[in-house]
Formats: sequence, structure tokens, C-alpha cells
Amino acid sequence: MALLEVEDLKKYFVVKRGFFSRNTGQVRAVDGVSFTLERGKTLGLVGESGCGKTTLGRCILRLIEPTAGRTVFNGTDLGQLEGGALRRMRAGFQIIFQDPFSSLDPRMNVGQIIAEPLRNHLKLSSSEMRSRVADLMEKVGLHPRQMVRYPHEFSGGQRQRIGIARALALNPLAIICDEPVSALDVSIQAQVINLLARLQEELNLSYLFIAHDLSVVEHISDRVAVMYLGRIVELASDEQLYRNPLHPYSRALLAAVPVPDPEIKKEKILLEGDMPSSLSPPSGCAFHTRCPVRKEICIEQAPVLQDVGDGHRVACHFA
Amino acid sequence: MTDASTESPRMTQPAATASRFRRQWAKLKRNKAALVGGVLILVFVLTALLAPVLYRGNPSAPNLMKSLEPPSLENPLGTDELGRSILGRIIYGARVSLLIAVGVIAVGIILGIPLGLISGYYGGKVDFIIQRITDAMLAFPGFLLALALVAVLGIGLKNTMISIGISMVPIYIRLVRGCVLSVREEIYVEAARAVGTRDAVILIRHILPNVMVPITVQTTLGMGTAILFAAGLGFLGIGVQPPTPEWGAMLGSARNYLFHAPHVATFPGIAIFLAVLSFNLFGDGLRDALDPRFKL
Repeated sequence: MALLEVEDLKKYFVVKRGFFSRNTGQVRAVDGVSFTLERGKTLGLVGESGCGKTTLGRCILRLIEPTAGRTVFNGTDLGQLEGGALRRMRAGFQIIFQDPFSSLDPRMNVGQIIAEPLRNHLKLSSSEMRSRVADLMEKVGLHPRQMVRYPHEFSGGQRQRIGIARALALNPLAIICDEPVSALDVSIQAQVINLLARLQEELNLSYLFIAHDLSVVEHISDRVAVMYLGRIVELASDEQLYRNPLHPYSRALLAAVPVPDPEIKKEKILLEGDMPSSLSPPSGCAFHTRCPVRKEICIEQAPVLQDVGDGHRVACHFA
Repeated sequence: MTDASTESPRMTQPAATASRFRRQWAKLKRNKAALVGGVLILVFVLTALLAPVLYRGNPSAPNLMKSLEPPSLENPLGTDELGRSILGRIIYGARVSLLIAVGVIAVGIILGIPLGLISGYYGGKVDFIIQRITDAMLAFPGFLLALALVAVLGIGLKNTMISIGISMVPIYIRLVRGCVLSVREEIYVEAARAVGTRDAVILIRHILPNVMVPITVQTTLGMGTAILFAAGLGFLGIGVQPPTPEWGAMLGSARNYLFHAPHVATFPGIAIFLAVLSFNLFGDGLRDALDPRFKL
């Protein structure tokens, strides 16, 4: 059985306008997303800014309440949990945030930040606490001597390590990595990704790895989901997706990945225009406004995500 | 940039709180007006604490033989209509004013901060109810609200503090709520929820420390207002009651002798003026010093 099962998850934000706060519409940030995540595996989730990847991550953890859908984590339906049970569940399912500069409380020192999850869930003496925090810091490549320092004294990469140590504190089964390296220098990105990969191997962690950069996701993922306007348009194993992308959007994304070799001639696909507003999504296939291969049917009928063999699922009439 | 240089900790930098405090203190020191305010507050507080040392007589004991005397060596600021030393009454009056200021702020903070935190953090219906009550209270001018509350609670020192204190509660609620609204959207608050921190702990551990700066400034400015309001109630005869020496009440009774003994009204007036001015100057300076966007 999969560690995490997400079934038809939806999050609609209601837009209110005017004096009497009439509901004038809804933003379909996440519109019926389903996937599974196995123990010890990584599912990469890619898409442009605003496609709903971050909202999806938050909804799974119920940091944002989803509008509809079911999330089963380790045999527990997360939608049913309240109060204390929800807090205990979060011990086993953690998140690493995109911006390492705003995800750490500027008025707490590193020791206090990493100890916070321990204080919430365990009753430890202060010396036990300190040794646990020191262990965690070493595990992510920080020196325990830096425990008394404040977040602003660290570089972006180090701050992200602090965030990772905090997420690891309670020995979680799974971690949602919400663009954990996109705010970092390129030179630091590889270090942090290698750290995440090493920790996954050591601790048998499962990752839901959210990113907008396909090359980052390629390195760490077992399977990759491509998201567009709140829906998954293609879901395949790492290899399948990179070698044989079936959805025109995935192809365009892959074509945009720079290859550091001037000799290689790549297929160039330039998408026209911006992503449509999720306040008024296009009819039929949401991608038809920018799709290079669209036909009549795409405007009228939304394609379903269907298996085309070997667990390679794609939502396109022509795949 | 090499990996080593971006990843190495900035070892030379001192701990965050210490360096921040030093920077703010330096900014405050360069602000002359704030410095004057700070010195005046110090004088005011010392006067209040050392009153029995500074004036050895009983400031409330009448001596009708010496009524309404002008300033002299024996009574440097003259005497009032009952022959009591005005200097002595101003010195002891500082105690009353300080006590009122502290009491008022205590009432304002104890009620205002928790309500503001709850209103801002939870939002929704709770927020709506608290904010409509706040609106209603803010619709009255602060002094009028205090006046109305005295009418309900009755006169006296304790009721003066409670009335003025309650009149300040809506100001604190609004201030705290506004700050909480911005802080609660911070990712570190979401991070705290993600590691299973309870709401109450989040409010105290993460949100309150990050809204302390505006609260500190408001408290300093509020002390000045509290003294002024207390003097106003005393002047109208519905604040602190005689024979307790209170600046506003002194001013109130002196108004009958304004023409042939103007000193009786002048000196308590100056005391009120200086006390209020000192808190306002210092509060303004504090606001500038604590605001990281305002660089000197």
C-alpha cells in the first residue's frame, strides 16, 4: 500500500468583491489532483508559478483546508483529523519551505528553532533536548556550536539546512519539499539536493518534491507529475517523462531546460502567451489556448488523465 | 562566488539581539528631543520614588496661617489656599501621576493585547464581534469615554485608573490586531503549525515577540495621555479626591485664585506639561529608533 494517497483533491478560493462581499467567482487553485507516493520514493511535482503546486502541498498537510478530496497518509484519512490528532499526524509528515529567509522566526536562535517540534511532541529534559538538537545539526551538516546563533547570521544554504533539521526532528516518514532550492544560489542548490538525497537513503524518507525547474527534479525523483492550471497533465516515471514526454506542455517544459553544449540541436517549442487566469479557466482542455497541436475537440472536451501503458498517465486527446 | 565563502558562517557578527539593541540605542541617543524626554522621564520617576526624601513635610496637612503665599525661601513655589507647600504637593503628586500612568497602561495591556491577538489571529466571527465593539468605543473621543466610565464606576484613584485604562483598550486592540494580521501570514508561523505547535503557543512564542515594538512605543505615548486624562478628571473634581495631592485637582482648585495668586495654578500646570511632553518626546524617539526603515 502506498504511504500517501491523494484522491481528487480540490481547493477553490472564493473571490469576494463589493460592499456586501458577494461571491463573484472562485479560483480553482487545485482542481482534482490524484496521485500516490510510495515509501522511500520521491514524486517530483513541476509546473509554472501559479499552477497550484504550493497550494497542493499545503492542502495535503491541511495547512490550508482543502475544498474537497481525500488524503490518506500511512492508513489515516487526514481529512478526519482534528486538534491534537492533526498535530500528532504532522510529526510524521513534515514540510520544508521555499524561502529559508522567512521560514525561520528571526527572534529565535537555531537551537530553539530546531527544538520546537521536540518541545511540542516529546517531554525531554533540557540536556536530552540539547543533545538531540546537536545530533540533528550534525546530520544536516551544521556545527552544534552554532546552536546559539540567530537565523540572520547564516547564509541561505545554511538556513535551508536549519529548516531541514527542524523537519527531521521527529523522524518523519515523509517530507513535502516546497521548492527547497529555488531561492538558493546555483552552487548551493546541488549541496542541498545531495543532502536531501543522502537523508532519504539513510532514513528511508518519502519526498513530494515541488519545483519549477525540471533539471532539479530529474536528479532526485523516481516519478514526476507535471501540473498545469491546478491539474496534473502528465504523470510518469522519471525516465519515461524525460525520454518520452507525451503531453505538449511537458514537451515545452523539457525543451526549455538549457543544455550546456552548443553542439546539441534541440527541438525548440516556444509557448505563446501567459498561463490563463484560474479565475476563468479555458473550456475543454485548459492548455488549448497555448497548445501547438490543438484541434476542435480540445476546445470542447476536457481530456482525462489516462494510462497509456507502463503507468505512464497523460491528459491529452492526442497522446 | 565560491561555495566556501557563501557557506561559511559570519563568525564576526555578534548575537542578533545584542547588535540590534546597540544599533537602536545609538539611534535613540542621536535624537536630541528623545534624549530630553528620557531625562525628564527619569527626573519624574526619581521624584516619585524619592518623594519622602525630597520633601520632608506632610503635603496634605493644611496651615491656614500661610494660605496663598507667593514663592519664598521657605516655600519655593509658594503655598495654596490651605497653606500647603505647592512644591511638596507637586513632588507627591508625581507619585500619584506615575501610579495612575502605570495602572492605566496595565489595564490597557491586560485587556487590549489578548483581545487584539485573538481578533487578529483567528479572524472570522470572533474578529468581527471584537472589532465592532472596538469601533463603538473608538467612536467616542478617548477622554469622553473615560468620563462616561467614571460616571458609571464612581470617583477615586482606582476608578480613575480603570476608566482611563478601559478607554485605551480599543487603541491596543487595533494596534495589536493590525500587527498580528501581517505577522500571522509569515512563513515561520506556518512552519510552527506544520511542526504541530498549538495556537496558544504560536501566539505567545512567535507572534507576540514580533509585535512588541509597536506595543512598546504605544505604551510610552500612552503614559503621557494617561497622565493628561487623569489630570483632566482631577481638574473636573471627579478624579483623585482631595486631600491627596494630584496635579489636575490642584489646578482645579487654584482656578478660583487665578488673578491674585497665579502661581498656585502655574506650577502644577508646568508639572503636567513637562510630564506629558517627556513621554511624548521619548515615545516619538523610540518609534523612530525601533523602526528599521528609518535610518539616521
